[in-house]
Amino acid sequence: MVTQSKEVPVLEVRDISKAFSGIDALRSVSIKIYPGQVNAVIGENGAGKSTLMKIISGIYSNYEGEIFLEGEPVRFNRSREAADKGIVIIHQELNLVPELTIAENIFLGQEPVTRFGLINYQEMHAKTKELLDRLDLSLHPATKTNRLRIGQQQLVEIARALLSDSKVLIMDEPTSAISEHEVKLLFRIIKSLKEKGVAVVYISHKLDELFEIADLFTVLRDGEMIGAGKMAEISYDGLIRMMVGRDLKEMRKRGKPVSDEEILRIENLCLKNPSGKESYLVNKVSFTLHKGEVLGICGLMGAGRTELLESIFGLYPKYVTGRVFVGGSERSIRSINEAIRTGLALVPEDRKLQGLILNMNVDENTSLASLDRISKFSFINKKQEENLSRHFIDKLRTRVASSKMEVSKLSGGNQQKVVIAKWLAVNPQVLLLDEPTRGIDIGAKGEIYDLIDELAGQGMGIVVVSSELTEILAIADTILVMSESRQTLNVKRPEATEELLMKAALAEKV
Amino acid sequence: MKVKSISRNLLKFQSVIALLLMCLVMSLLSDRFLTADNAWNVMRQISVNVVISVGMTMVILTGGIDLSVGSVLAICGAITASMLKYGSELPGLNLSVGFSLFGAMVGGTLVGTALGWFNGFTVTRFKVPPFVATLAMLTIARGLTMLWTGGFPITGLGDDMAFIGTGWFLGIPMPVWISAVVVLLAIVVTNKTKLGRYIYAIGGNEKAAELSGVKIKRIKIIVYSVAGALAALGGIIVTSRLDSAQPNAGTGYELDSIAAVVIGGTSLSGGKGTIMGTVQGALIIGILNNGLVLLNVSPFWQQVIKGFVILLAVVIEKFNKREE
Repeated sequence: MVTQSKEVPVLEVRDISKAFSGIDALRSVSIKIYPGQVNAVIGENGAGKSTLMKIISGIYSNYEGEIFLEGEPVRFNRSREAADKGIVIIHQELNLVPELTIAENIFLGQEPVTRFGLINYQEMHAKTKELLDRLDLSLHPATKTNRLRIGQQQLVEIARALLSDSKVLIMDEPTSAISEHEVKLLFRIIKSLKEKGVAVVYISHKLDELFEIADLFTVLRDGEMIGAGKMAEISYDGLIRMMVGRDLKEMRKRGKPVSDEEILRIENLCLKNPSGKESYLVNKVSFTLHKGEVLGICGLMGAGRTELLESIFGLYPKYVTGRVFVGGSERSIRSINEAIRTGLALVPEDRKLQGLILNMNVDENTSLASLDRISKFSFINKKQEENLSRHFIDKLRTRVASSKMEVSKLSGGNQQKVVIAKWLAVNPQVLLLDEPTRGIDIGAKGEIYDLIDELAGQGMGIVVVSSELTEILAIADTILVMSESRQTLNVKRPEATEELLMKAALAEKV
Repeated sequence: MKVKSISRNLLKFQSVIALLLMCLVMSLLSDRFLTADNAWNVMRQISVNVVISVGMTMVILTGGIDLSVGSVLAICGAITASMLKYGSELPGLNLSVGFSLFGAMVGGTLVGTALGWFNGFTVTRFKVPPFVATLAMLTIARGLTMLWTGGFPITGLGDDMAFIGTGWFLGIPMPVWISAVVVLLAIVVTNKTKLGRYIYAIGGNEKAAELSGVKIKRIKIIVYSVAGALAALGGIIVTSRLDSAQPNAGTGYELDSIAAVVIGGTSLSGGKGTIMGTVQGALIIGILNNGLVLLNVSPFWQQVIKGFVILLAVVIEKFNKREE
């Protein structure tokens, strides 16, 4: 491989824009990737990092703007084309076929063959062994990948990327699942790739790691390029400021002050990983929620926020330990039904997969969790059902042509209102909302903020999980930050700043 | 706009229209088709399939399937017949208990319910896919039937028993009465009750239903039990009509039943469909069988034609969906 000058970018992206169903994911982003350097790409959840990488590696072919590889304009239609030109991506999600062996996975789609057209396993295993040795992995190439630990699987992914002589190697959160020892190994390999002149694009939330390995950085925020420069010339706080620094709009009209009457208290809540591994998805979380209080929970994806709500709501009775107090008295919530009876309600993260019966109408979705109240001897009183649904359509200003409409035909915002209506219909004391405004338009967002405000004003306790710091800061009275299954911060709203929250969300084990 | 809405409404009643068309064509081709005798004949012939298919519809609405109905029908028919004919020996007491017709029917139905419950239990407790769980039951129940009967039919069950399958009441055959009552009850359950709503909710989106506090396991077990009970009722009718419990009775009935459900517009992935649709599906199959026999079509061709009708019904259904 020819070692190029480190001054000329090997890959240049100019004015790339991409929208998903009308919502901008990237707006006119330009970045340069230099050979022999580790180029860090940094940003919050949803900043557009993954979208950009998918464009560069040919997974998304429908975008505006231009890409230059070594000065030549290129446009890839499939990831194969990008790989042939030397752009290789290691995905955040694992893409191994579990029933195949390590060697079969590494060579998938490019198996060496004997002259009889059969797969040449000898050669395949020899080359695989070589790659595994470089990664210090003492595994046999014929081991099935479903027998490997997640971290080992991640290393196999990396080995696969090393197989091809790449010019640009994109690593999307490569260390999210591997141990410290493995991280050190990975860094050693990255350094040797650098010496060979490979341009490494490195995406990570772990800023400490970036200061150790990266040479250059580019910061994305809300789909725009905010800044770029040398890692050596920027401070930790400076980076965080670039990642979050935006104007805070006061979205919430603050109603009544929070009462000091406790409505929900969690003490040392732990959730063991239900898939049997000796790890915790929620680790010793405690908080107190008062009547009329809005508690915001933030953190990165996978920090355990959703699992915390689900644990409280009785989804994993066998794996949860810790104490839950509702209205001052201790409750043991062993099922979803018990949670509902205790006065809890959970609006889940994914309204289409978890919230709605898409082929049922608005009435039927609204009443689903509270049919007991509107039926006698198991017969549903349809008049009462309609009234219930009508009441919430008016209260939440849900825009429907008729309450007999299938909910699949409603817009995202109106669908979300139907899910919220279903849970308000059970008359909860505490409402748990998981990403209540994800993927809905600004107008509906505002209405949901108003509703949260109104419900809190009526004395309901509300917990909101959100990836958007601005949202949390706009609606919450108290803010809890989670990182790697633990709570890293619990502050009152007036003491919270975006920088403080971001730092806590990025915090390594405390 | 208006033409469009009319055509859409026509599509909604596709199976009714298909039925009427079939009747029209058959009555033009054969003068024996459109007679009261023949009409009762068709109704009586489909009544067993209707009874079984009501249970099958409920199972399929939850997103499951029940392949064991034919075998469950056979074992329950055999048990009812032997209870009626021989009573039951109480081991060790040297005492034999006789059963009334009603008692024997209850006995048979309870066994069907228990086998259905077992289907539901394996599906919910051990997460066995319904296709596999009920396929296993298909074999198990058939084997039990052979063991129970020793491979020989149980015959000579008396006039009272024969009345259920061959008698008339108020000018209508008994099997038609039975299937009508079953259909009516099922329509009420699916449309008016919580159980019905939960069945549709589970088929529509099991995860969302679970998170809404619907007791998924309990509902599924109830539904498979009902399917087993209805298969047993079908077995009693079949046994009564033939005045004998045949060890190989009901073979292949699960396929006719699934065909009726599918032709009736119920989605195999669950959540969508109606009992009335299934009744229409059973009618279409019944009239087709009847008409082809009247027209002296070879039984081999009958099967080919039936297969194409099933395909046609599903293809039309898909087109309908795209229209929406």
